[in-house]
Amino acid sequence: MNAEATTTPRPLVSVRDVHKSFGHVEVLKGVSMDVQKGEAICIIGPSGSGKSTLLRCINGLVPINSGTIRVRDFEVQNLKTDHEKIALRKEVSMVFQQYNLFPHKTALDNVMMAPVHVLRENRDEVRTRALALLKKVGLAAKADAYPGELSGGQQQRVAIARALAMRPEVMLFDEITAALDPETIKDVLATVRELANEGMTCMLVTHEMRFAREVASTVYFTDGGVIVESGPPAQLFDRPAKERTRAFLSQVL
Amino acid sequence: MRRAADRLWRGSAARTAVASRARAWHSLAPAATDLPVLLPAATRLARNAAKARRGGGPPLRLTPAHGVVLLAVFAIACGVAQAQAGAGQPSVLATLWKWLPVLLRGFVFNLAISAMAMSTGTLAGLVLGYAQISQVKAVRGVAAFVTHFFRNAPWLVLLFYCMFLLPFQVRVFGMTIPIPDWTKATFGLALPVMANVAEIVRGAVQSIPTAQWESAASLAFNRRQTMWMIILPQCIKRMLPPWMNLYAILTMSTVLTSIVGVAEIMTLTGRALSAENRPGLLLPFYAFVLVLFFLYCYPIARWTLRLEAKYAVDR
Repeated sequence: MNAEATTTPRPLVSVRDVHKSFGHVEVLKGVSMDVQKGEAICIIGPSGSGKSTLLRCINGLVPINSGTIRVRDFEVQNLKTDHEKIALRKEVSMVFQQYNLFPHKTALDNVMMAPVHVLRENRDEVRTRALALLKKVGLAAKADAYPGELSGGQQQRVAIARALAMRPEVMLFDEITAALDPETIKDVLATVRELANEGMTCMLVTHEMRFAREVASTVYFTDGGVIVESGPPAQLFDRPAKERTRAFLSQVL
Repeated sequence: MRRAADRLWRGSAARTAVASRARAWHSLAPAATDLPVLLPAATRLARNAAKARRGGGPPLRLTPAHGVVLLAVFAIACGVAQAQAGAGQPSVLATLWKWLPVLLRGFVFNLAISAMAMSTGTLAGLVLGYAQISQVKAVRGVAAFVTHFFRNAPWLVLLFYCMFLLPFQVRVFGMTIPIPDWTKATFGLALPVMANVAEIVRGAVQSIPTAQWESAASLAFNRRQTMWMIILPQCIKRMLPPWMNLYAILTMSTVLTSIVGVAEIMTLTGRALSAENRPGLLLPFYAFVLVLFFLYCYPIARWTLRLEAKYAVDR
């Protein structure tokens, strides 16, 4: 660390004035945020406000039109080749709303695949780690099950284990409970809560307000492609400054 | 078929993708008409189109009933021919028995041609199909053109082209290697097989939901790894049923080679008939050929169905 470490440490993820359009539709209209290492932040907001797009921009799945995104030392907007993007994605893992497990592989293989073939790590070591991760998400008994044999909540926990197996610096969670029933949401959120408590840097797009209040150090409220308001959960949920935030929260709480 | 496809993706990410695509197909046709009377028909048409697209072509299904009908035709034809037979002529079945070794040899030749055309066509088709999804635009364009050309050309025309354009012998290092007619015919049949396999490959790859690509990308897989480790393994079971369908069609098309003079079952049946010179034998002999093809194709059709059912219980 350098001199500025004494004041505020350099954020792990730094998003500056990011714009993104799909055709004529501008989805992100100048979004900025900083995420410190070990911090968990939540992004809330109505559908279509650009939350998921923002996450996809951070791991380079979606190219941005202008602005800058820095993850550790990666200037994401400058990554052009597949090779460069792959280097970034080794540090940034993502969990999707629809789990997106590989249906032809068992839970264990799903977790092991990327470390073995992308990071080229020793298969036996990866296996040990993968089994530990499956145990951590409460699915040690399901290691040999195929995704089709697992419930939605179980699949999502395998997906989290799969993302963690890459030992990423940052975890992106894109509405991971949106496709689940209330019963199973609990297990998935417990897994994420544990991660956040262990100091994993997490960026979550979520509709679970109670959960956001509990785990997030900062909550961002987005609407229409901009961040309307942000702050610690206690402030944003209990004393929202903006009328739009109040209106949204009164709808969902 | 519909329900099978739905079950195929039970509990997986693809389910919604498949469902939304199915919905898109359904909404497509009904949206084209505002007349309520036409809506059920439009829905049915859209469903059939969706089914055909998924199967890589219109469904081809043999049932035991077809076999029974064929046997009945054969029996009746024998009976009629027997009734027409003059005094002193051997019975129809005895005549058929006499020619049986010749006819069976011809049929085995048909099967050999179909197997060789299928294997060469499949190998070439895999390459061509892979080229169709290349990231290089020029490769994609050429591959698409070749595919569409050979897929839409009549098989018989391709057969004739191969018969007349390919040399009857080649000279390599002073050796003269003859190219018999049946080799040229096999090549001619392999061309449309290649194009159809290419379409099966392309269709299967594109039927894998984009979410699979995204999730592979976010795990830092490169394109080649994604293709070979994640996309293609999921494609194989989708390609198998249409591929076997194609094989059944090809087997039945091998009789086309009789037109260009290959000594397969149709040619040999014709020769047998002209040697016997009894017009009454025409129907039973050709009915017998039909029965042979049924006996070969029916197990394949059954096996295809079983594979579809097996893969419908997704893992």
